[in-house]
Amino acid sequence: MALFNEGGLAEDLFSDVSIGDELPAKGTLIVSLNQWRENRDKLIGRSEPLGIRLKSDEKPEEISADLRHFSVIALEFPAFRDGRAYSYARLLRERYGYTGELRAVGDVLLEQLHFMHRVGFNAFSITDDDAMRAWEIAAADFSVWYQPTGDGRASVMALRHGRR
Amino acid sequence: MYRYDEFDTRLVQERVEQFRRQTGRRLNGEMDEDQFLPLRLMNGVYLQLHAYMLRINVPYGAMCSRQIRQLAHIARTYDKGYGHFTTRQNIQFNWIQLKDVPDAQGDLAEVEMHCIQSSGNCIRNTTSDQYAGVAKDEIEDPRVYCEIIRQWSTLHPEFSYLPRKFKIAVTGSPNDRAAIALHDIGLRMHRNKNGEPGFEVLVGGGQGRTPFVAKTIRDWLPPEHLLSYLEAILRVYNMDGRRDNKWKARIKILVHQTGLEEFRRLVDTEWEQIRDSVLKLPQAEIDRINAYFAPPDYEKLDDAGEAVAAWRADNADFDAWVRVNVADHKTPGYAIVNISLKSPNQPPGDMTAAQMDAFANLADEYSFGELRVNHRQNLVLADVEQLRLWELWEKLRALDLATPNIGHVSDMIVCPGLDYCSLANARSIPIAQEINERFSDMDRAHDIGELTINISGCMNACGHHHVGHIGILGVDKRGKEFYQFTLGGSSDQAASLGDRTGPGFPADKAVDAVETILNTYIEIRKDGERFLDTYRRMGMAPFKEALYGTF
Amino acid sequence: MIIANSLPNGFVVFLTAENGWAHDIDKGVIAESDAEADAMLRTAKQAEHDCAVVDPNLITVEIVDGQPCPTEYREYIRATGPSVPTPS
Ligand code: SF4
Repeated sequence: MALFNEGGLAEDLFSDVSIGDELPAKGTLIVSLNQWRENRDKLIGRSEPLGIRLKSDEKPEEISADLRHFSVIALEFPAFRDGRAYSYARLLRERYGYTGELRAVGDVLLEQLHFMHRVGFNAFSITDDDAMRAWEIAAADFSVWYQPTGDGRASVMALRHGRR
Repeated sequence: MYRYDEFDTRLVQERVEQFRRQTGRRLNGEMDEDQFLPLRLMNGVYLQLHAYMLRINVPYGAMCSRQIRQLAHIARTYDKGYGHFTTRQNIQFNWIQLKDVPDAQGDLAEVEMHCIQSSGNCIRNTTSDQYAGVAKDEIEDPRVYCEIIRQWSTLHPEFSYLPRKFKIAVTGSPNDRAAIALHDIGLRMHRNKNGEPGFEVLVGGGQGRTPFVAKTIRDWLPPEHLLSYLEAILRVYNMDGRRDNKWKARIKILVHQTGLEEFRRLVDTEWEQIRDSVLKLPQAEIDRINAYFAPPDYEKLDDAGEAVAAWRADNADFDAWVRVNVADHKTPGYAIVNISLKSPNQPPGDMTAAQMDAFANLADEYSFGELRVNHRQNLVLADVEQLRLWELWEKLRALDLATPNIGHVSDMIVCPGLDYCSLANARSIPIAQEINERFSDMDRAHDIGELTINISGCMNACGHHHVGHIGILGVDKRGKEFYQFTLGGSSDQAASLGDRTGPGFPADKAVDAVETILNTYIEIRKDGERFLDTYRRMGMAPFKEALYGTF
Repeated sequence: MIIANSLPNGFVVFLTAENGWAHDIDKGVIAESDAEADAMLRTAKQAEHDCAVVDPNLITVEIVDGQPCPTEYREYIRATGPSVPTPS
């Protein structure tokens, strides 16, 4: 797998331990919601940056009070057809004010990168094959957008009526 | 008619190019069918029994002559010379080749049309009243809000991978001609006690294997909050709708399982957070779009009752056509003309390229260059001078487009069924054609009176059988086509779902069953009673007895 | 027999004895044993992988008047086209 963000291919500094049982004593980790709940104090006490991975049935509401502790939030797409995380991403960005890395993980298709970016994802875990052609395909598609989202792109309505 | 501005144009063109690239990546093997499927569906491309099918949106059923001419061109260039109008005010072509789809979509973009989200688990074409803007009972023109919804829902980044498809219908009149109670969301314009127009919002209607009539989630919504309220409903649905079972994934199941009260609380909680956000509609945008739907330049005319009455007295066929196919217009001297696509000579809803071209000319000549498609698979010329009805009728007759059967026995809603559709269990078109033949005597049809027969080729109910006064559902019984009947359905403002009569009938007995049902009705009806009224008064018993005998 | 749709144009096709694809059912090859049918399905799956066809499937046919004819009604309609005349 490759990590891709707005700057292109990026090195993944985090290790995803969310499916393991044991928490490693050291390391820059992405933990599961359960691991976070069970080891909250210990994890807060560590010096390394911390990430959390939410499954598609774990709403961001569950961690909305703790966002300051996370440098990465990874939202999982168990299948590319499962679109729940598009809503979760907007809530994290637009309602709960999360500004760190928001990473799409799981079944993430190139064709979806553009929409994901629009709802607030800024990092994508994709296959190595895809990584070579990711942004040219995903980003080049559209230059106009009807919907206002939190991504800062001006909506058509804003452009028509000169407001943002 | 709405016209694209630079933004709309650019978006549709970019979409065409995106799909061209995606199709290329599919044809050269970079994508497999599993990955390509949702992409092609969201661009209107199905793979049916014999070939690919392309479904093109006709937004809220409104078209101009230039557009239907382009559809004729597409039918001739990329298909077999005909198209099929659907219950969602769309048109589909049955023989399109995948490699040609991007070109066909490019041709559509030239006339401000597209296939975006005509299929897939996303927000589909928003449908409306075919009499929008000309109905006597209208409060506000629903097309304005349909267009606002079209833009908001097009390529919505959050709502493109919903649990299941999502359909919205809008009416600006108290009399519902758009079957809004059978949609995921239905919007009905009415006035609150201060006389201000707003929307009653209905949610959770739908047909398919578990049909529901939609319930009112909000009595009155100010139009400026339309988008934030829709976004709140969609967000709750996107997060909480079931994804474990395709048959339980529509919002109707979520509403049913959550309970209306709780569902309303969830939506309101979400709405509170976003109602005053940028989604609030600026009056300037409502006005901008409204301007496109300003009435055409009507002549100052008087009603031409006498002249029309004289023609009617003169010619029984014209008389029948006016009585059945022509409706009142809100402007004196004008009439609304319904064009039946249910001639006995063609599958219901089908139109040839030659008919489309000729019809485009009639729209130019008689109705300010505009036409509409309705959810009963018929067409409408909305602004015809009463004094030109005779002329128009003669020309329509020459095109086999003047069958005087609107709202009568042979004006059936019919899905493509097993002749085309890969999901079908049984054929629908041959049953419809047999009914059309059996009831070809128009005097008899007019004696039977107002009646809707709706036919679906499987449980998915694209042929709206649940809400036909008589509904016919094709099923597969050990490899043979059987047809089950429901009675008493209706899709208007008093919507109801039909009741099953009992066991189904084999193909060669199905139309006999229709005749038995109608004969029974004629025997027991009271003066002035429509079939639906008689059924509601008498219930199933007399029909059941006539169909199955006493046990 | 193996029935499928061509990927680029969508039309119905049948696997031939030369491992090609034909629009006419009577040009298609009929498996005489389960082993043959399995081998044909493998060939067809490979063709699907190679982007020639979509959704290949085995269907049963009987010989009627010297012509193969699908026993299932759905496949019969696929092989012969809509049962109603198309508008013209
Ligand atoms: S009702 Fe069934 S057969 Fe008819 S079009 Fe829909 S899916 Fe196909």
